[in-house]
Amino acid sequence: MKRVDFLEIEGKSGGFFLLLGALGALLIAALGSAYFMEHNGHVVTGMNNQIVWGIPHVFAVFLIVAASGAINVASVSSVFKKPAYKPLAPLSGLLAMGLLAGGLAVLVLDLGRPDRLIVAMTHYNFKSIFAWNIFLYTGFMAVVFVYLWMMMERRFNKYSRPAGITAFIWRLMLTTGTGSIFGFLVARQAYDAAIMAPMFIIMSLAFGTAIYILVLMAAYKWTGRELGQFVLSKLRSLLGIFIAAVFLIVATYHLTNLYVAENAGVESFILFDGNVYTYMFWLGQILIGTALPLALIFSPQLKTSNNALVYASIFTIVGGLAQLYVIIIGGQAFPMDIFPGYEVTSSFFDGQIGMYNPSIPEIMLGVGGIAIAGLIVTIGVKLLKFLPANLSDNAVDPHHKG
Amino acid sequence: MSKSEENTTDIQRRKVLVAGAAAAGVTLVPGVMMIEVAQAKPDAESASRSVRWGMLIDSNKCKSGCDDCVSACGKENGWAKDKTPMSQKPQWMRKVNLKHKATGKEASLPMMCQHCEKPPCVDVCPTGASFKRTDGIVLVDKHTCIGCRYCMMACPYKARSFVHEVIEDHDSYMPRGMGTVESCTMCVHRVDKGELPACVESCKEKAILFGDLNDPNSDIAKRLKEYPSRQIRADLRLNTGVSYEGI
Repeated sequence: MKRVDFLEIEGKSGGFFLLLGALGALLIAALGSAYFMEHNGHVVTGMNNQIVWGIPHVFAVFLIVAASGAINVASVSSVFKKPAYKPLAPLSGLLAMGLLAGGLAVLVLDLGRPDRLIVAMTHYNFKSIFAWNIFLYTGFMAVVFVYLWMMMERRFNKYSRPAGITAFIWRLMLTTGTGSIFGFLVARQAYDAAIMAPMFIIMSLAFGTAIYILVLMAAYKWTGRELGQFVLSKLRSLLGIFIAAVFLIVATYHLTNLYVAENAGVESFILFDGNVYTYMFWLGQILIGTALPLALIFSPQLKTSNNALVYASIFTIVGGLAQLYVIIIGGQAFPMDIFPGYEVTSSFFDGQIGMYNPSIPEIMLGVGGIAIAGLIVTIGVKLLKFLPANLSDNAVDPHHKG
Repeated sequence: MSKSEENTTDIQRRKVLVAGAAAAGVTLVPGVMMIEVAQAKPDAESASRSVRWGMLIDSNKCKSGCDDCVSACGKENGWAKDKTPMSQKPQWMRKVNLKHKATGKEASLPMMCQHCEKPPCVDVCPTGASFKRTDGIVLVDKHTCIGCRYCMMACPYKARSFVHEVIEDHDSYMPRGMGTVESCTMCVHRVDKGELPACVESCKEKAILFGDLNDPNSDIAKRLKEYPSRQIRADLRLNTGVSYEGI
C-alpha cells in the first residue's frame, strides 16, 4: 500500500464561503421554523392526531440511518481489512457524526417540549426502545469520535482496528434500534414486523454510501484534488449491492404481508390504491430509488462515468426519502383496524385515511438537519486532515501502471 | 398567589373538608356516611394494589345520536373548550358508529383509553411519563412528557391526543399543557374522592358500568361473570380495563 498523505482543504475560496453561507442560511431558517412551531404549537404544522409524525421525522430518521451507513466505508477498511478503503475512512467517520447530529437536532426540535431534553436525559424507561436509542445515538457519537482519534493520531493507530470493530457493532445496534421503533408497534398494520430492523440496516448502508460518494466527489471537485476510478469503482459496486439488497428486503416485507390476510388492506393501500403513497412507492422508491440507480451503476457503458455515479447516488437519496415517507407517513395514514369487519365512523376520523399536508416550517426544519450535517463536514475538512491530498489511481491503486 | 401555592392551599382545604366530613359522618350518621367516606382515598395515600378500576359498556343501550358521555368528559376535563381545528383538537373520548360489513348490524359506542393491564403506551414511553397506577388507571405525567408522541403511535385504540396549541385556562385538578400528550384518566380526580367518572354519571341509559374488577361482589364483576362481553382488539392480549357488550 502506498503512503497516503492527508491534508486540510484550503477553505479560502469564494465557493467555500458561499457553501458555508448557504448552509448557514438553511440552518437559520430551520431554527426559525422550530421556534415558530414551538411558540405556536404544532397547530401550525400539517401534523394532527392521526398523523403524529410528519416530514421532520422522515428527514430525521433518514439522517440517523444514513449516519450509521456512512461509517460503513471506514468499517470496510478496519473490520474487513480492505486497505483500499483506508484513505477513505476519516471522512466516513466525520460524515457519520455530522449526519447523526443533523438527524438528532431535527428529532429534538420537533418534540412537543424540546425544552425538556434534560428530562429525556435523566428519566429512563428501559422497556422503551426510544430510551435505548438515546444511548445508542449518543454512544455512537462517542464511539465514532474515539475511532476517528485512533485513526488520525499516529501514536494510537494500533488501536484503530478495535475502535473500528466497536463502531461497526455499535452501528448495527443503532440501526436495529431505529428499525425497531417501528418493528415494536403492535397497533398499526404497516409496522409490527421484525424485518424492520434488518431493513433499516440495509437501508442505512445504501443511503450512507450514496451520501458518502456525493460528499467525496464534491469535495475533490471543488478543491481541485484528484479522484480516480480505483476508489470510485469500489464505492460504485458497494452502492449497487446495497440498493439491490434493500430491494430484496422490501420485496420480502411486502410479499410476506400480502400472504397474510389481515395485512391485505394496508398492502393494497400502499401498493395499489393510487394515493400519494402508491406514487411515492412505485415512482419514488422503486423507479427512482432502485431501478434507475441500478441501471446507472451496472450498465457496462457507464462503468467509468462519474456523472452516472452522481445521478445514481442522488436517485438513491431521493428514493430513500420516498421510502421513509411511505413507511412513516403511509403507515400512519392507513386507518387503524380497531374493529375488524366493521365500517367505522367517528368525529376522531376513525376508519378514514389520515390526511397530511406537510407545512413549510416542517420542511425547513427537516432540511435544516441536512444543513447541520453539511456544516459539520465542511468545517471539519477545513480544520483537520480528513481528506487525502490525492486519490488518483496513481496514488492509491497498488496495481496502477502509469 | 402562585399556582403551586394555590394548589397547596386547595389541597389543605380539601383535607380539612374530608376530615370534617369524616368526623361528621362517624359521629352523626354512622351507617351511610361511613361507607361513603371509606370509598374516598386520602390524598396522601397511594392508589390501592388490590383494586382494579374498570368499565363495562353496553352498546345495546348506547344510542347512536347521543354523545352525553363525550360532552360530560370534555366539560369535566376541559378539552371541549379548545378552539383547535378538528383534526388537531384533543378528543379524550369519542362516539364511534359501527356497521358490520357483511351483516349490516349497526352499533354505537364510546371509545377512549382502554386502561390496559399491559399498556403499549407505557412500554414505549422513553421517559416513563406514561404510567399505570397500581389500581390499573393509565395516566400521563405532564411534567415528564416530552411530547415525542411515540405513545400515540403505539396505542391500538387511537385513545391519545396531542395538545397542538396553548391552553389558556385549565382546571387545577386536570393540568394540561401544549406539547404534551393526554388521554382519558378515568376521571381519576373523581374516583379518588369516591365519585364516579363524569361519563358514567352523565349517561341516562346507564350504559356505562364503573367499578372494581378485582372485587367479585362489585356490580361490574358480577355482570362480567354473568353476561358475554368482549375487549376491543383482544387479539393483542393487552387485557383492557374496559369491556363492551353488544358487539
